[in-house]
Amino acid sequence: MYKLDPPPLLFESSRRGRFTACFPSSDVPGRALDDLIPAAYRAETPPPLPELSELDVVRHYTNLSASNMSIDTNFYPLGSCTMKYNPKRNERLASSPGLGAQHPYQAENTLQGLLAVLFELQQFLAEIAGLHAVSLQPAAGAQGELASLLVAAAYFRDRGEKRTKVLIPDSAHGTNPASAHLAGFEAVTIRSNAAGLVDLEDFRSKLDDQTAVFMITNPNTVGLFDPQIGTLARLLHERGALLYLDGANMNAILGAVRPGDMGADLMHYNPHKTFSGPHGGGGPGAGPIAVRDFLAPYLPAPLVARNEDGSFFLDHARPKSIGRVRSFFGNTGVLFRAYCYIRSQGPDGLKQVSEHAVLNANYLLALVRHVYPVPLGTRCMHEFVASARGMAREKGIRAMDIAKRLLDHNIHAPTVYFPLIVPEALMIEPTETESRDTLEAFAATLLKIAQEDPAQLHEAPHSTPISRPDEVKAARTPVLRWKDAGRSAEGVAS
Amino acid sequence: MDLKALRYAPTHEWAYLEGGIATVGISKFAVDQLSDLIMIDLPAVGTKLTAGKDFGQVESVKSVSDLYAPVSGEVVEVNQAVAQNVQLLSEDAYDKGWLIKVKIEGTSLPSELMDDTAYQKKVAEESH
Repeated sequence: MYKLDPPPLLFESSRRGRFTACFPSSDVPGRALDDLIPAAYRAETPPPLPELSELDVVRHYTNLSASNMSIDTNFYPLGSCTMKYNPKRNERLASSPGLGAQHPYQAENTLQGLLAVLFELQQFLAEIAGLHAVSLQPAAGAQGELASLLVAAAYFRDRGEKRTKVLIPDSAHGTNPASAHLAGFEAVTIRSNAAGLVDLEDFRSKLDDQTAVFMITNPNTVGLFDPQIGTLARLLHERGALLYLDGANMNAILGAVRPGDMGADLMHYNPHKTFSGPHGGGGPGAGPIAVRDFLAPYLPAPLVARNEDGSFFLDHARPKSIGRVRSFFGNTGVLFRAYCYIRSQGPDGLKQVSEHAVLNANYLLALVRHVYPVPLGTRCMHEFVASARGMAREKGIRAMDIAKRLLDHNIHAPTVYFPLIVPEALMIEPTETESRDTLEAFAATLLKIAQEDPAQLHEAPHSTPISRPDEVKAARTPVLRWKDAGRSAEGVAS
Repeated sequence: MDLKALRYAPTHEWAYLEGGIATVGISKFAVDQLSDLIMIDLPAVGTKLTAGKDFGQVESVKSVSDLYAPVSGEVVEVNQAVAQNVQLLSEDAYDKGWLIKVKIEGTSLPSELMDDTAYQKKVAEESH
């Protein structure tokens, strides 16, 4: 099997005096350095930078990028992340000068094309949500959660109500309680029942007049649609509380059911999952939010609005708004990709996206469940959560071992050990963009791994430059800076 | 410490009562489930605990988990060795790996806590 050695660091490749360009001698008369920069303002020694040729640097980064896994190189069934193929067309369009060369400080009358796109995107996202108003500002899904909860808080404040709690199922993404806490609420955990759905009894016992919002991901993180959603919404609304839908799993329900029809009052989208925004890299991202009409006054300002003459403007005159959550109108490059994706699929295409995502996940589930049991549910939506608990008990093969071994087979690992309600969890989401061949090859690989020598699996991966990093050490004493043993000035953080 | 005398909360914390002071920790089963531990947050001496409410957090490579007080009372001692090096728990979750000592309200441990037999039965069910 092909194995890359980790390339040396740029600092380690440095050779004194090596550089890229040999400059000809200057035909301009020289001036003394003291005339240009007085000695008092000059460093005594050059900065400790590596000295390399251009080719050294190009090879370094190209080789590093070659040891990366991405959706463009490998199957990537990373559950909850919806690692589907992002059409290159959207990338090309997003980099066109009409969008990419605009500046937010331009006069509004020179930004009409961009504003028209954003205005339409607000309308599309409202329609898909079955809700009334949209803010494109939040820069990520988690910020969308936070902005939505701030909207909810502003709504209750406006009504003179003091509500302190946000209820969150134990299967939720960790961002939910984090957002609730940041927005000033107490996060209260609701148990899942034996079927992996919201435990109604626990929900009823915790729902009270202090409850502001219930945050639900539906379908949830175990890949199940909670059919109790109508009841949950009714119980909440009877108490004057709001239903929030975490849109992380929208890829399962586009065009099939709308959050607003489920009773949701507010929600966020993850365009990088659902609408072909770029994955990973830490951003820039987008996390648009949609709300019911009575919450619209509190949305972050400005919104993109339309004048009577058909032109577009940024509407800042929103006195009840929670204010800005992001500069200008959000990360327009990501939003534009979402726009392109929605426009190129169309309503029927979006529905097909979800139908195929669900079909692919169920096909895969059927291929592997006799070896990788799925404790919750016999069918799934866009993803399923298998458990390696039996294998761990009988053979000492844990979810982590399977995940690591998949790398040797040129497959990205699924999400492991999440959600927390399934022991030894392997959370698998194939997405709609994979062929039947790929699904079958993946299933065959999973079944083969289950038969392998546990000792070999404990040492996997065998083909990657780095096999198993020491996660505890990395978390406790991370090395955040390169340190030259001979130079010692910049330390290793611990 | 007689391990058979420990009493357990359903969330896997244990308590051991001696002279009005409850020593509190988390079970070996819980430590094994959490896998590789990274750090632990424990309350300061003097903190008032309420049974069933969280009193700290333990972070592993898998997750951050709340620690729930099995008893109500006031923290009178914190195991600094564990606070400094949470991996001690993996070696010994009981004698060396206790977390805090609590001066309890009342004279006995809450009756809802499980005895050793009931807890071992629960653990056996959870791992099957």
